[in-house]
Amino acid sequence: MRSATRLLLPVVLPGLAVALWVLGGVALFYAALSPERREGVSAGLAPALAEGGALIFGWWLAGAVLAGWLAARLYARHVAAPARLADAARLLAGNADAPRAQAAGPEALSGLAEALNRLADERRTLQTDMARLVAEAQHKVAQERDQLGALMAELRQSVIVCNLDGRILLYNDHARSMFRRVSGGGDVIGLGRSIHTVIERALIDHARDTVDRHIARGEAPVSAQFVTTTPAGSLLHVVLAPVRPQAGESDQISGYVLLVDDITGDYAAQSRRDRRLIELTEASRASLANMQAALDMLDYPDLQPAERDGFHAIVRDEVTAMGQRLKAMTADASQEILTRWPLQEMLGDDLLAAASRHVQAQTGAEVAVGNADDGLWLRVDSFSLIQALGALAVQVAGAQSSLTLRLAPAATPGWAHLDLVWPLEVGTGPGTAGAVAGQAEVDRARDIAERHGGELWLEQDRPAGQSFFRFLLPTALSGPEIAWPESRPEFYDFDLFAASDSSRSLDDQPLDQLTYTVFDTETTGLNPAEGDEIIQIGAVRILNGKLLLGERFDQIVDPGREIPEASIPYHGIHPEMVRGQPRIAEVLPVFHAYTADTVLVGHNVAFDMRFLQMKEEVTGLRFDQPVLDTLLLASIAQPHEPSHSLEAIAERLGIEVANRHNAAGDALVTAQVFLRLWPLLQARGIATLGQARAAAENSYYARLRY
Amino acid sequence: MTDKVLIADDEPNIVVSLSFMLKREGYEVLVAPDGLQALDMIRSDPPRLVLLDAAMPGMNGFDVCEAVRADPGLSGVRILMLTAKGRETDIARGMGAGADAYVTKPFSTRELIVRIRELLA
Repeated sequence: MRSATRLLLPVVLPGLAVALWVLGGVALFYAALSPERREGVSAGLAPALAEGGALIFGWWLAGAVLAGWLAARLYARHVAAPARLADAARLLAGNADAPRAQAAGPEALSGLAEALNRLADERRTLQTDMARLVAEAQHKVAQERDQLGALMAELRQSVIVCNLDGRILLYNDHARSMFRRVSGGGDVIGLGRSIHTVIERALIDHARDTVDRHIARGEAPVSAQFVTTTPAGSLLHVVLAPVRPQAGESDQISGYVLLVDDITGDYAAQSRRDRRLIELTEASRASLANMQAALDMLDYPDLQPAERDGFHAIVRDEVTAMGQRLKAMTADASQEILTRWPLQEMLGDDLLAAASRHVQAQTGAEVAVGNADDGLWLRVDSFSLIQALGALAVQVAGAQSSLTLRLAPAATPGWAHLDLVWPLEVGTGPGTAGAVAGQAEVDRARDIAERHGGELWLEQDRPAGQSFFRFLLPTALSGPEIAWPESRPEFYDFDLFAASDSSRSLDDQPLDQLTYTVFDTETTGLNPAEGDEIIQIGAVRILNGKLLLGERFDQIVDPGREIPEASIPYHGIHPEMVRGQPRIAEVLPVFHAYTADTVLVGHNVAFDMRFLQMKEEVTGLRFDQPVLDTLLLASIAQPHEPSHSLEAIAERLGIEVANRHNAAGDALVTAQVFLRLWPLLQARGIATLGQARAAAENSYYARLRY
Repeated sequence: MTDKVLIADDEPNIVVSLSFMLKREGYEVLVAPDGLQALDMIRSDPPRLVLLDAAMPGMNGFDVCEAVRADPGLSGVRILMLTAKGRETDIARGMGAGADAYVTKPFSTRELIVRIRELLA
């Protein structure tokens, strides 16, 4: 409509203008006449007008229409077309994918439109390229991170990377299980957690000072190291290396890497060795002194027979004592060798398979494999052992092309035989090992056997027509503990590099930048004041908007009272399940450490908090973190929904509920609900923790209950 | 009058030889099987010389030595530490505690007699 009125104006205006101009001229002419002439003109013109007025009007109208048409053409060409082009250009400036500008109107204008379209095309190509480059870069970074994660997971050493605030942004599985061991079972390290809960801040600060000093002086090894004890009495050796920006950027470090070794065992072994050495030296000195003195006395010429016998007895006595001491010492020492050399636990079948491949490759001979016990685990340095087998095989293979590798438990418990078997040539006598396989090879292989605390020898089984080298190797009870949880855990979050504790108070922090412990408890009943107790605590953590499935907390608790039959359908925990489980006084300190520096989240969390608060006096632990309730938050986000039970909310938000009425399962669902509520809350202007808490306090449900 | 010598050592195998030898040399020999008894005996009837072992049950030789040296009334008692503890630090501790001589086991009885004669001269 508006464009029609805009077009009407130029069409009508010329005709009107001509009419006004002519009328104006006539009026001027008329006004200039004397009154008599006016009379004459009016009298003469009036009948002429009455006669030919229509013709004049027609003439004018034709002129007006012609002028209007011309004006419309000009308008379309010089006003409307540029305006359209301007619109198209504006559109293209905002979005390179917008429809191309139409080249209409004068030549110059279509040239402009063409140029515009070319620019838009170039811009679009540029954008596509950029998007591709960004995607490639992101993919590469993601790949590198995954590789790093995989590498970390495989490392035998504990690695933890922290930002300057001491927040953990990467750790490996080894670090996790080590700290779990030294802290008495709880998970004390996790993404976003503070390293200071396990290693004193002063120690790390001191090490960082040392590193800064090294950097300032331009020294090559910039790392620092220290030894610390844990509350549980373990001894940790820590190397701290800085994470530094690329050369030339700045000297400021952005975080640090901790390499941690649990040296409790090593240190104890070393102390034991030292002590044993001193004991042995001193005991030998004393024995030698006793013997020497007794022998010196025997030199007196006038000894009574009884005295002589006495001194003889002393010497004999001391010789026996020294022999026994040495025997005990040797037994201990072979154990020590076992613990000192890094042996790995390996399934016998795996060792045989790897060894046969290597021997086959070395000799070209057929290698058969035999294992008397499929479940046999060995403690071996597999690489050296396989190399030794290969070297021996090359020596003995010669003309025979049939070798066998054979594994069997030895008669002595704790040991196994690994045999390299080849056919015994008819008529050959018993040779020495060195003669059969070369002294150098045998010596090397024997060294390796001794590294295992074991032995190596050559044996001939004439009835079976076999010769074999036999390694005596230590067995292991079972494989190494594999502590992988079902889901691949999140071991790193480099976004934390930028995070800083001191920047803002918690209440001002956006919801998606906080760390949460989402938890749930199962209890024997509803009234903690009347003796109801917690029987299960389950929790998961949320960090930077990600659910950390690998850092779960799931603990059944012995309530120290009977579990009412009626309550079992609600939590599924039967009395026999709590037997042997820790009491709440042991669990709460671990859970307290788990929740350190996080915001607590639960569904109808006031109920769970009451149970925790009841125990404050006994344990001395206060759960005084900020608390959020998904029940209240849901009632704010979806005020018109009738039900805010966990199931109802989960269903509305499209979350699958798998393990309801199990603390760990409920905690997981609650965490998912919590995450999905964020955008809904955001839409209602609730973005920070402070806003969420204020809104929750004022919500309908909160007012209803408090 | 004969000089009194106290042997404080918990190992009978050395005590037998030492007391045999000292008696032959003409000394009056007393024996204490541990540190506490040794200290009692030194206090009640101070000997001229104590042959003191370092590692003894009850109270070790170093402590006995310190206790004796802390008592001005016992300043005439000479102390010879005769012990299997042979590290530098042990010798330093023994001398620091106030021993007049420190002999590490094993030792030659002939040289020991010479040292004893010197100490009692």
